[in-house]
Amino acid sequence: MTTFLLEREDFPALLKTLTDAGYQVIAPTVREGAIVYDEIESIAELPIGYHDEQEAAFYRLHPTKDKALFSYVVGPQSWKRFLHPPEVRLWQAKRVEGGMEIVPNTQAVPRYAFVGVRACELHAIAIQDKIFMQGEFVDPIYQARREAALIVAVNCGVAGGTCFCASMHTGPQVTSGFDLALTEVLEDGRHYFVVEVGSDTGKELWKDVPHRKAKPEEAAAAQHIIEHTAAHMGRELDIDGLPEIITRKIESPRWETIAQTCLACANCTMVCPTCFCNTIEDVTDLTGGSAERIRKWDSCFTMDFSYIHGGSVRYSTKARYRQWLTHKLATWVEQFGTLGCVGCGRCITWCPVAIDITAEAAAIRQSDDGKGK
Amino acid sequence: MDTKTLEPILAEHPFFKDLKPEYLSILVGCASNVRFEANEMIFQHGGPADKFYIIRHGEVAIEVHDPRRHVIRIQTLRDGDVFGWSWMFAGRSSHFDARALILTRAIAMDGECLRGKFNNDHSLGYEMMLRFTPVIIRRLEAASMQLLDIYK
Amino acid sequence: MTANPMLPEPFRIRKVQKESYDTFTLELEPLNRPDPFLFKAGQFNMLYVFGVGEVPISISGDPHHPETLIHTTRAVGTVTKAMRQLKTGDVMGIRGPYGTSWPVDRAEGYDVVIVAGGIGLAPLRPSLYHVLEHRDKYGKVVLLYGTRSPDDILFRKELERWRSRFDLEIYVTVDYANPGWRGNVGVVTNLIPKAPFDPLHTMAMICGPEVMMRFTAIELLKRGVEAPNIYLTMERNMKCGIGFCGHCQLGESFICKDGPVFALPEMQERLNQWEV
Repeated sequence: MTTFLLEREDFPALLKTLTDAGYQVIAPTVREGAIVYDEIESIAELPIGYHDEQEAAFYRLHPTKDKALFSYVVGPQSWKRFLHPPEVRLWQAKRVEGGMEIVPNTQAVPRYAFVGVRACELHAIAIQDKIFMQGEFVDPIYQARREAALIVAVNCGVAGGTCFCASMHTGPQVTSGFDLALTEVLEDGRHYFVVEVGSDTGKELWKDVPHRKAKPEEAAAAQHIIEHTAAHMGRELDIDGLPEIITRKIESPRWETIAQTCLACANCTMVCPTCFCNTIEDVTDLTGGSAERIRKWDSCFTMDFSYIHGGSVRYSTKARYRQWLTHKLATWVEQFGTLGCVGCGRCITWCPVAIDITAEAAAIRQSDDGKGK
Repeated sequence: MDTKTLEPILAEHPFFKDLKPEYLSILVGCASNVRFEANEMIFQHGGPADKFYIIRHGEVAIEVHDPRRHVIRIQTLRDGDVFGWSWMFAGRSSHFDARALILTRAIAMDGECLRGKFNNDHSLGYEMMLRFTPVIIRRLEAASMQLLDIYK
Repeated sequence: MTANPMLPEPFRIRKVQKESYDTFTLELEPLNRPDPFLFKAGQFNMLYVFGVGEVPISISGDPHHPETLIHTTRAVGTVTKAMRQLKTGDVMGIRGPYGTSWPVDRAEGYDVVIVAGGIGLAPLRPSLYHVLEHRDKYGKVVLLYGTRSPDDILFRKELERWRSRFDLEIYVTVDYANPGWRGNVGVVTNLIPKAPFDPLHTMAMICGPEVMMRFTAIELLKRGVEAPNIYLTMERNMKCGIGFCGHCQLGESFICKDGPVFALPEMQERLNQWEV
C-alpha cells in the first residue's frame, strides 16, 4: 500500500482543499475546558499542544511540550451529532381545505468534512450506518448527511486513560471507512503526517494537496506510533463469549449493586457514539393550523422511555442499566452483527459517579447468575 | 336412591379417573345424587360447608355480595367441574354463594363422611388430596389473575 | 430514492363506531393513494392525530377488503383520547403497514385456536376474517375471548353472527359479572382445557395483556399444543415503527420490525423475565 507524506506546514493546504471543494470543515477545537467538534476556519482553532487526561468521572486538558495537532483522544461529543442530530425536524404539516398536507423536511443537506475521526469513531459511524441505512427502512435525514460527508481520519498517537479500543478490535489503527487517514509524527525535530488514501473522493482531493510519497522509514515511524498506542490502552474489556454470558446473567445480583450507584442521568447514552435512540415531539402553532414533528435524542435511562399504558416496563434503575449494558454488549450482536460498544471510553469519563463499563462487564462475568441456589 | 348405582357415574367422572375400584367403593358411601332447579341456592355464604359437588349436567355460578355492587359473579362452572373446598376441615362455613343457573344434576360428597374415611385410610386420603390440590391450585391461579384486573 | 418512511399519509375518516364505553373503531379511506392499502393480518399502523401525536395501533379490518382501513382502539392516552374526538370527514395521518403477521398460511390444515383478552380481539380479528374467508383450508376454528366485564366485549354483533355459524366455536368469558349476564364467568385460561380442538394439530394465536398471554401459553402447552405452533403479539413503547427509535426493544427484538407477532419459543424466556 502506498502511503504519502504531508508536511506539517502543508496541513493548512489540506483544510483549504476541503473548503474549496465546498465542505464545511468540522474538527476538534477547545471549548470550556474540553475538546469538542465544531466548524473551524483555520488550523489555529485545532487544539494545538493539548493533551487530555481522562479517568472515570475525570477529564482535564493540559498543555504539552510540543505543538502536536492531535495529541489527545476523544472528547464528550461524537460525530453522531452531525449525522444523527440531537434535534431535527422531520416534517411539517398544514391544515388545508379538506384535509392535511405533510411537507417533508427540505432543509439543505450540510456537506461536512470531518477532520480528526478516530478508529473507534469510524466503527461507531459504520454501526449507525447499519441502523439508519442498511435495514428494511432508510432514514433519509441520516442518509443524506452521511452520503455527503467526507472523512479525514487520524490514527491515535496516544491512548486515553479510559480507552479500550484495542480489546474491542476497533482501533487504534483505522482500517476502512475513511477518505483520507493521517498519522501524526513528531520526531528528531520533524513534524509530518503519513497519509493513506481510502476512497476515490479522497484520491481526487489529495491531488490538490502538496505531498510526496512517504519513505519507508517515515511509514515505519507512523506504524510504530500506532503500535505503541495499542500497547498502552487505559482499559481493557474481555469480550470473549461476553454476549452469551451477559444474556445468561440477566438475573445476576450485580445489576442491583450497580443500581445503588447509577443516577440514571443518561450521560453515558448522550456521549456514546453508537447510541441511536430517539423520541418524537409533535407540536402545533398557536392557531392549530400548522404542526411539525421533531425528532430528539432519547435515552433508555429515562422512566418514560419504556412507558406503555399502565406504567413503565423498566421502572427500576437496575433494569435500565441492565438494558443499556445488555444492549451494548449482548443483544446488539443479534440485531446488527457487531457489539454496540467501540471502546471509546466516553461513558466512563463522563459518568458523574465513575461507573466503568469495562469493570461492570468483568463483574457481571464473574457474578452469580442469580437463578437461585 | 341406592348409592350403589352412583359407582359407575363416579368412575366415569374425570375427577375419579384411574382411582382404584376399592377406593371408589369406599367413596361412594359418602356420595348422593342431587338436583337443583334453575336459580336454586346450592349453598350460601355463612352456611355450613360440609359438601363438595361434582357437576354432572348443568351450570352453577359462584357469587359474592357487595353492598355497592350487589351480586358479583366470580365464576361459572359447567359439566364435569367440581366445587366446594371448605369441608376439608370440620366446622368451616362457606364464604361464597353457589347457585344453579339452569337445571343442574350433581353428585354431592359429604364432608364429614369423607373426613372419616380419610382418617381410617390415610392412603386413600393422600390419593384424594393429590386430586383435590390441582383443582384448588387452578382456582387460586384464576383468582390471582382476576385480582390483577389485567384488562384495566 | 425510496419513499420517505417518516411521512404520514392522509386518510379520511368514513365512519366512527363506538364499541364500548372506552373503545371505538375508525373506518378510513386514503385521500391520495390510488392503490388499496394492502396489509397482512396482525400488522399495525402508526396513526397520527394532527398536532397531537402518533401511536401504533393494530389493524382490525379484513385483509380481503383493503379499500377500507379499520382500526379499533381504546381511549387511554393523549393521542387515543384525541382520536376519539374525531368525526366522520376528519383527516388523520397513517404510516404503515408495519410488522410481522399471524401465521394464517402456516395454519392451513390445522385446527385454529384464537385466544383474545380485552382489546386483544382487535388485532386478531383480521386473522379470523382470513380463516373464515378460506374456511375449507382449516380444521376446527375456536375463538376463546375473555374480558373484564360484559360491558367490555367488543364486536358484539359480529360475535353473535359468528356464533350462529356451525363451523366456528366461540366461547366468551368475563372476569366479573352481574347476575344479568348469561355467559361464562372466570378467566379466559379456564376455557382452554375443555375447548374443542386437537392439540397436536393446532395453531394458536394469542393477543391480550402480557400476564394473560403468559398463562394462556402455559395452558395451551399443558393441553399439548407445541410451542412453535403458539403465536402471540407483544406490546412496547414505540415512536417510529421502523426500527430507528429504539423504544420497542425487548431483548434482541425490535417489536416493530421483528414483531409484533412472535412464535412462543422466541418470547418464552422473555415472558418470564421482569422489566426487560
